[in-house]
Amino acid sequence: MGDANGVAAEAERFAIGISFGNTSSSIARISPEGKAEVIANEEGDRQIPSILSYIDGEEYHGTQAKAQLIRNSSNTVAYFRDYLGKEFKSIDPTPAHASAHPQQSESTVAFTIRDTASEKPNTVTVSEITTRHLRRLKQSASDFLGKQVNAAVITVPTDFTDAQREALVAAAKEAGIDVLQLIHEPVAAVMAYDARPEATVTDKLVVVADLGGTRSDVAVVACRGGMYTILATAHDYELGGASLDQIIIDHFAKEFVKKHKTDPREDARGLAKLKLEGEGTRKALSLSANAQLSIESLAAGIDYGSTINRTRFELLSSKVFAQFTGLIEQVVKKAELDVLDIDEVIFSGGASHTPKIAQLAQNIFPETTTILAPSTNLSAINPSELAARGAAFQASLVQEFDHEDVEQSIHPMVTVTPHLTKAIGVEFTSGSETSFQPLIASETALPARRIAQYSVPKEGGDVLVRVCEGSRDIKVTKPEPKPKQEKPADDEDSDFSDDEDEDEEIREIVWKTEKPVAELAVKGVKAGGKVEVMVHVNPDLGLQIAVREVGGQTAVRGAINGSA
Amino acid sequence: MAAVQVVNVQLPALPSGWSAEKDFKPVGALSGATQRNLEPVGPHFLAHARRKRHNRTFSEDDRLQAQQNVKKTEEESDGEISEDEDPMMLNREAKDWKSQDHYAVLGLSRYRWRATPEQIKRAHRKKVLRHHPDKKAASGHRDENDSFFKCIQIATELLLDPARRRQFDSVDEAADASAKGKFYKVWGPCFEAEGRFSIKQPVPQFGNEDSTQEEVENFYNFWYNFDSWRTFEYLDEDVPDDGESRDQKRHTEKKNANARRKRKNEDVARLRELVDEALAQDERIKKFRQQARAGKDAKRKAKEEEAQRLKDEKEAKKAAEEKAKKDAEEAAKAEREKNKKNKEAAKNAAKKNKRVLKGSVKEVNYFADGEASASQVDSVLNDVELIMGKIDVDELAALAEKLTIAGKDGAAVKAAYTSEAQRLVDAGKLKAGEVKVFA
Repeated sequence: MGDANGVAAEAERFAIGISFGNTSSSIARISPEGKAEVIANEEGDRQIPSILSYIDGEEYHGTQAKAQLIRNSSNTVAYFRDYLGKEFKSIDPTPAHASAHPQQSESTVAFTIRDTASEKPNTVTVSEITTRHLRRLKQSASDFLGKQVNAAVITVPTDFTDAQREALVAAAKEAGIDVLQLIHEPVAAVMAYDARPEATVTDKLVVVADLGGTRSDVAVVACRGGMYTILATAHDYELGGASLDQIIIDHFAKEFVKKHKTDPREDARGLAKLKLEGEGTRKALSLSANAQLSIESLAAGIDYGSTINRTRFELLSSKVFAQFTGLIEQVVKKAELDVLDIDEVIFSGGASHTPKIAQLAQNIFPETTTILAPSTNLSAINPSELAARGAAFQASLVQEFDHEDVEQSIHPMVTVTPHLTKAIGVEFTSGSETSFQPLIASETALPARRIAQYSVPKEGGDVLVRVCEGSRDIKVTKPEPKPKQEKPADDEDSDFSDDEDEDEEIREIVWKTEKPVAELAVKGVKAGGKVEVMVHVNPDLGLQIAVREVGGQTAVRGAINGSA
Repeated sequence: MAAVQVVNVQLPALPSGWSAEKDFKPVGALSGATQRNLEPVGPHFLAHARRKRHNRTFSEDDRLQAQQNVKKTEEESDGEISEDEDPMMLNREAKDWKSQDHYAVLGLSRYRWRATPEQIKRAHRKKVLRHHPDKKAASGHRDENDSFFKCIQIATELLLDPARRRQFDSVDEAADASAKGKFYKVWGPCFEAEGRFSIKQPVPQFGNEDSTQEEVENFYNFWYNFDSWRTFEYLDEDVPDDGESRDQKRHTEKKNANARRKRKNEDVARLRELVDEALAQDERIKKFRQQARAGKDAKRKAKEEEAQRLKDEKEAKKAAEEKAKKDAEEAAKAEREKNKKNKEAAKNAAKKNKRVLKGSVKEVNYFADGEASASQVDSVLNDVELIMGKIDVDELAALAEKLTIAGKDGAAVKAAYTSEAQRLVDAGKLKAGEVKVFA
């Protein structure tokens, strides 16, 4: 690329989506056909480890750098994303145990590494490391696309502070990336699904379980008319793929000790080897029922090879799995919801490939809930790619916008919006009873408008449209003891979590009218006709309601003034 | 965004009598809204932003105001877990983990067995942030002593494992509350602490002086049938793990099992004693017993009174009955006597009347002129006898009176007899022709 090209690129913006993870990063873009695709780097990796390593002044990145954790750990920087923009006293150095250790450097965090050809180590701040990492990502994308990438949408966890955001934007700028917007990881994951051409806009409540390498974040997201609101989040900074790797490591290490009387975990290099290979074994177990592990010279010069099957791994990991599912249950509770309210569970992040976790989640949620994970749903998107795809989609949307335009759009004056506390709907009859049918769900951002058509009594005539606020109750009924009926899904994995003796309670959602808001009459409806109801809610909680017979000419309209 | 959805439910018919101007009637308003942050992503949000920005500019002030009202989804860092760290504790060796107070290590000694896993996790995180060896290195400590960090890790690992946490809680003496001093204030926490071992939850409260008898009885029943999960594995001697000395391993295991059993039995006995002691001192039990006794006395008294009343009533009834019987008897006797007298009087009267009857015919000389012949006398007397036999007492009296009035007038006497005979014939008591003289 020549200089002239660079000037041209300055004028023309070319944006990609970046998912910058603590463990690994991904880059994605929207192809000209409108499909999101994740870009492989020059080594063919789509999940690029967020690791940099230096040998004799040469920089290694991604998988190559990861391999250096064994022999060159002190000059290898890993798991640095969460240190960015933080003070030293508030960081957790645990993940960086087997790599370059974080240190205090003025007000920020730094690493002491030999990143040049000279023997003398340098102190490199975490911002600088991030810049170098992003530069490599940008380079990979540019090489793949044959076009200079100069802008990006980057995903961040929901608990990223303003200082962290600023630090990230500054580091990206250093790397020549213009950050159009930082978006939240769970929302990016939801959007990756919603941006598929076959997806339709529906009102739904989604749990996004982002199970990463070193940490897990779960969020409840309300999708209302294509707009997203995070209702609750939960984080576990010590739970992730690494917790599962640890189980594999311990398993093989014990086996090794039994045979050779030395513990490979006591030796830093042995442990690093186990970690690297164990992770590979764990990933292989997600795809096949058996996986191998073979390490040359694991400890005391002994070569080691063994296999593990999935059942054994799942048995050993049951406690860790319970922590994952516990986190999911916790966030649902925190959002003051019930598992019955959740329409979708999206599994995102590398550890989501583990089949058992999704299966356990399936047991928590009712059968109507869609579990989007590779092991439970064939149309699920690769969980590791969700965040990057969502970011790429957003990048394609805001690419044409001015900076100022984007900034204004993401300004709290725009984003902070009143949300309905209770669902709005109409009363309908079923038999002799009247019950409630929601039309606008709770937690819908205002203003909102919904239109629906309803049937009328068979003989037609005058009908009443009663617009109400409704609330949902969980009705619990105990079935009378009857011969046991096992769900087919339980049969296959009843090795743990089987509570066969207990009669399961039947829990269902029951809507009931809370408060009537308005009544409208439609007169002389034809037999077999339909009535269309339009409800519009203003941000000040004012309402406009219009009701008409489908195909009819005149409509009954009314308005209620808002309070605030 | 406002696509029409078709809902397959039936709207109700308009109730009769419903009317409103222009067929619209507002009856309420919406309840309040929650301020939340929309995620600024996706095409629908951008449309929303465009709409919203259309006629607005905003200042930093607005921005802050708006942000302040947002309902928090990210929780703030925890201020609750802050305890001073005992310098002695910081110097602990990780290998003595059995004797360490895991809750104190994590700064949770205020909560102990009440600490939730969430709290433990947060406390752990907080401690890690402070005591990580790398942090120490940064602040100039070059001694590489990370033993307290290891203590933290051990404590967390142990407390987050429910089984091992129970084992530790089982022998966590710091959580025990001793029972000395003021009764309710002391026994309450004591039993609350003991209650942490209960399989059945919730555990009934010790209560206070106002507790009802049922509550107190419930409480002691619960404690006398206490089902405890307390175990003593934590105090086990370490089992040699090297696989060399199998016998010794088995010996230690056996010893451990025995020790556990012994401790468990001792614990059960201890708890039993504790409950006994509490029960013995419990003023409420005495109070209830007194109340019960007072109640019983009152009951007995009432019962006796009732019996007395019944007895009195019975006696009175009996007396009344006797009196009535006696009265009736006397009345009957009097009646009888009266009847007898009447009868006699009637008899006498009849006799007298009969004499009058017979006398009257005799007076008139048997209707003969001169000396009456025997047959004449006979026939007259026969008829008189006949009439007398058919006539009753009252008629007899009436007839006697007529005859007395008639006196010696033979015709009148005969007429009286004739009319009487005629009357008797009419009444069917006499056959016509039976009487001869008075026919």
